[in-house]
Amino acid sequence: MEQQLTYPNENVISIRGLKKYFGENKVLDGFDLDLGKKENLVVLGRSGSGKSVLIKCIIGLLAPDSGQIEVFGKDILSLDHQALDEMRIRIGFLFQSNALYDSMTVRENLEFPMRRHSIDLNEEDARQRIEEVLDNVGLSHTIDMMPSELSGGMMKRIALARTMILKPDIILYDEPTAGLDPVTGKEIITLIMDIRQKYNTAAIIISHDMKCVKATADKIILLQNGKNYKEGNYASFIGSDDPYVQQFFE
Amino acid sequence: MQLPKSSKQFFSEAGAISRFTAWFFHEAFRPRYEWKEFGRQCYEIGYKSLPLIALTGFIMGLVLTMQLRPSMLEYGVEAKLPDIVSLSVVREIGPVITALIFAGKVGSGIGAELGSMKVTEQIDAMEVSGTNPYKYLVVTRVAATTLMLPVLVVLSDAISLYGGYLGVNIKAVTSWDLYMTQVYNTLQFSDVLPAIIKTFLFGFAVGMVGCYKGYHSKKGTEGVGRSANSAVVLSSVIIFIIDLIVVQVTDIFGFN
Repeated sequence: MEQQLTYPNENVISIRGLKKYFGENKVLDGFDLDLGKKENLVVLGRSGSGKSVLIKCIIGLLAPDSGQIEVFGKDILSLDHQALDEMRIRIGFLFQSNALYDSMTVRENLEFPMRRHSIDLNEEDARQRIEEVLDNVGLSHTIDMMPSELSGGMMKRIALARTMILKPDIILYDEPTAGLDPVTGKEIITLIMDIRQKYNTAAIIISHDMKCVKATADKIILLQNGKNYKEGNYASFIGSDDPYVQQFFE
Repeated sequence: MQLPKSSKQFFSEAGAISRFTAWFFHEAFRPRYEWKEFGRQCYEIGYKSLPLIALTGFIMGLVLTMQLRPSMLEYGVEAKLPDIVSLSVVREIGPVITALIFAGKVGSGIGAELGSMKVTEQIDAMEVSGTNPYKYLVVTRVAATTLMLPVLVVLSDAISLYGGYLGVNIKAVTSWDLYMTQVYNTLQFSDVLPAIIKTFLFGFAVGMVGCYKGYHSKKGTEGVGRSANSAVVLSSVIIFIIDLIVVQVTDIFGFN
């Protein structure tokens, strides 16, 4: 059954005053963000500036020290465990390290989220969905292979297929092209755009790869010292004469 | 008075392990129960450890008999060799040596596997996939080590006694029936029960320490290696400490 988006405004994610400290290190210090329906938002920032921490707070893997995170109009921080799990069905997460389960085949990796979230699908529908997402990433022949038999680019695409298996409304990409050669990186960027086209997903993309930023971003937020430093579209960043902004686009 | 840094670290680590252990009891008896993964772990941990445990058990019984024979001969009690071998194997050497080998094989494996899963974000991926990773990874492994080690110890003891039988027959002739009759006459319920009880505790300790070390692995391959290594070292030390405590307790209850 098609999932219906039910939230009061067009923002699927709204974050206000998000703070996350690790000891003395103020990783996020009053960060704000709005993600619209079907929008691709790129978060830029130096290594260790809290970009990955931000998306882990959104999915509930990390608890912020203060602030508000609303996803589809619901405060993520006040959800109980079951409600958070239900919310996670609607949020896909592509891990930087792919996070494929070593001890499982590609098929089992893709089945895992469906089985664990108790998605109401019969065997045939589940098989069809696995074939569909594998076909989308062009790796149908790998279905019975182990992750150790796949190349880096293939693992990234399988991880992307696993992210898509529950047909989420929002996808959080943690450096999707990091560590890939330019050709494979371009393939992943194309897949990200295809997914948005096909499934109408909104996305937050953490990336340092300017090709990825240029191709995917509807909106960019630059993080510095845990706060929003600059916000705008790609053209406004390219045209900026701010030396800090220029460093990223040289 | 301020505690030295190493003492602070020790107490901090002990506190963290205690909390991790307490969490096991919190999670283990509440649904959802991961029976399939538990069965898989029993197979991986129990069945796959069998050849190693059997081999070491056999050598243990054989060597123990061969080492004891000269001393027994000197005192003219060679005929008591089956008695002393069975008592040593069943009460102490069998459980402790098997548990140490188990810690080396299984404890390090759990530490490395969970450590690797931690640094490659597989544990986070599990949580995002609607799975309680503690229940799925830790509870199943600890339950499997707790239940499988006693089984392995019983098998190891049996094979060890067979090794002892061969050891006796290297320089003398004793029938299997006579050897086993002496073994059964020597062993009492009070010898077997405490030995079996402590193997449950050894198994629990090996699983818990391996999972704790893996679950709290530091980033990078060095962190995974360190987790595996420290899982073996710490669980071996804990095995000896548990052994010491169990001996004292069984002594109080008159089992010694």
